[in-house]
Amino acid sequence: MSAETDQVETAPARTAKGVVFDRTFEALCFAAATLLLTALGGLIVSLAIGGWPAFRTFGLRFFYTSTWDPVQEVYGASGAIVGTLITSALALAFALPFALGVAIFLVELCPERLRRPIGTAVELLAGIPSIVYGMWGLFVFAPWFAKHVQMPAMMASPPGSVWEKLTAGVPNGANILSASLILAIMILPFIAATMRELLLTIPPAVRESAYGLGSTTFEVIRKVSIPYVRSGAVGAIMLGLGRALGETMAVTFIIGNAHGFPSSLFASGATIASTIANEFAEATGELHTASLVALGLVLFIITFAVLALARLLIGRQAHS
Amino acid sequence: MSAGSPRLSRRAAEYAFLVFCWLATGLALVALAAILWALFKQGVGGLNLAVFTRSTPAPGSEGGLLNAILGSVMMCVVAMAGAVAVGVMAGTWLAEFAKDSAYGKVVRFVNDVLLSAPSILVGLFVYELLVRPMKGFSGYAGAAALALLAIPVIVRTTEDVLRLQPVALREASVALGAPVWKTILAVVWKAAQGGMLTGALLAFARISGETAPLLFTALNNQFLSLDLGKPTANLPVVIFQYALSAYDDWRRLAWAGAMLIAVAVLAVTIIARLSTREPKRS
Repeated sequence: MSAETDQVETAPARTAKGVVFDRTFEALCFAAATLLLTALGGLIVSLAIGGWPAFRTFGLRFFYTSTWDPVQEVYGASGAIVGTLITSALALAFALPFALGVAIFLVELCPERLRRPIGTAVELLAGIPSIVYGMWGLFVFAPWFAKHVQMPAMMASPPGSVWEKLTAGVPNGANILSASLILAIMILPFIAATMRELLLTIPPAVRESAYGLGSTTFEVIRKVSIPYVRSGAVGAIMLGLGRALGETMAVTFIIGNAHGFPSSLFASGATIASTIANEFAEATGELHTASLVALGLVLFIITFAVLALARLLIGRQAHS
Repeated sequence: MSAGSPRLSRRAAEYAFLVFCWLATGLALVALAAILWALFKQGVGGLNLAVFTRSTPAPGSEGGLLNAILGSVMMCVVAMAGAVAVGVMAGTWLAEFAKDSAYGKVVRFVNDVLLSAPSILVGLFVYELLVRPMKGFSGYAGAAALALLAIPVIVRTTEDVLRLQPVALREASVALGAPVWKTILAVVWKAAQGGMLTGALLAFARISGETAPLLFTALNNQFLSLDLGKPTANLPVVIFQYALSAYDDWRRLAWAGAMLIAVAVLAVTIIARLSTREPKRS
């Protein structure tokens, strides 16, 4: 019995007043912890209740139709759901290799003197508010993207090809792909920071023995370091994905906000979060509001699944 | 193994890999520099005394961001007061009382979920919980949403720093006859106060730039008001509305506001970071 409170409880001098205070203090702390549970429970229940009219009216159609028409009062969520999944998946695909590169740079390659400033800079990238990313994305990144990426891509695509379908769109820079790129910049520092922590947990002897066998840095990373932290790394990736799924303001600024299925990489689209942000305060009908809350519930379920998986994977590594 | 070509390809792979790592870091730094550069270029132009002394204007007339700055500060202060109280207590329960109990694990998991739950969902929750029943947007609803976002950060950091405090510290206090509550308050918290403060600063940095949950809790208010019971102006929502407007002077204000928020958030982040490095490791 080495745990601290066991010894605390057998302490000699205890007045009745002390016991009362102790009980009260513990009860207060317990209440605060329970408040967290209540908050999460309340969140789920309120989204379910608030979204109920939409589920009742549209049934399963809510999930697989893509019409979103406040005038006719017809709402289908699949456009927003697909938009959310596509932008998050693309963002992750862009961010992951670069985040890994940054993490490896900070752990293995960075000169000692630069380690702290560069680490701080990457951290600041994570600290910039979403709305600032949104403004930068819309006013600085989008025009640049339209001129230097979108136009050339459209010009270069042969008529009638799959490539042409993928690049069709209005060249204003507000589209699925540019939103994914902004999202990628936003989640990169989170994945990089977690990866860096993981890489630092590898015992030096493990890596040194690989170097001792004549491995190059690349081989040590690929064959020793990455396998060593694999499940934690997958967890870190999931956390990044979770962040991308729920990211709101930056996406709202730059995705173009068009309902329905996005037809190409350069088409305007919408995500669940951007749809809620754009329409909620101005939603007029009961059914419109309910549909937006129902969208929120869908987003919660998706992020919860991703987070629970991440937790499972990170937790497993902690145990082994 | 002694053949020339595999060696060369190994060296080539190594070289390409190293170049990529440098490149990735370089790109991340370029992104940060590009964002900060744009913020300052556009933000400084919009900055003048009126920004701090006058309220948000109608398009085409003179004005500033005073009501939004004030509203943001008020809501953040109220939110932080509540969040620190709840977060520190809950974190203390996890570190000092829960240990490895099943309920403790549940609470820890729930806290992790809340920590990464999309902030816009917290906005929806508070809308359903407070705005709809009270039939009106209010500063208190906005503060509640922000508090809900700050609490998990504080819980996590509080638990972490309390767990770092040595058992001997608690034993010493108890051996002197102090009851548990006094041991925690006067000894454990005191020893951990630096780390707890860092947690609070990080939480503050997180909520001060949050926009999504305020869109339909605090909403906005064109006028200067100290009443949190009514819709309350706040910087993030003003930036959102003004940035997407068609008026040049509104956009200029949005850039100035964005720069103010970014500077504030980054400053707090840096202070929090420096203060964690402060304790000398023996």
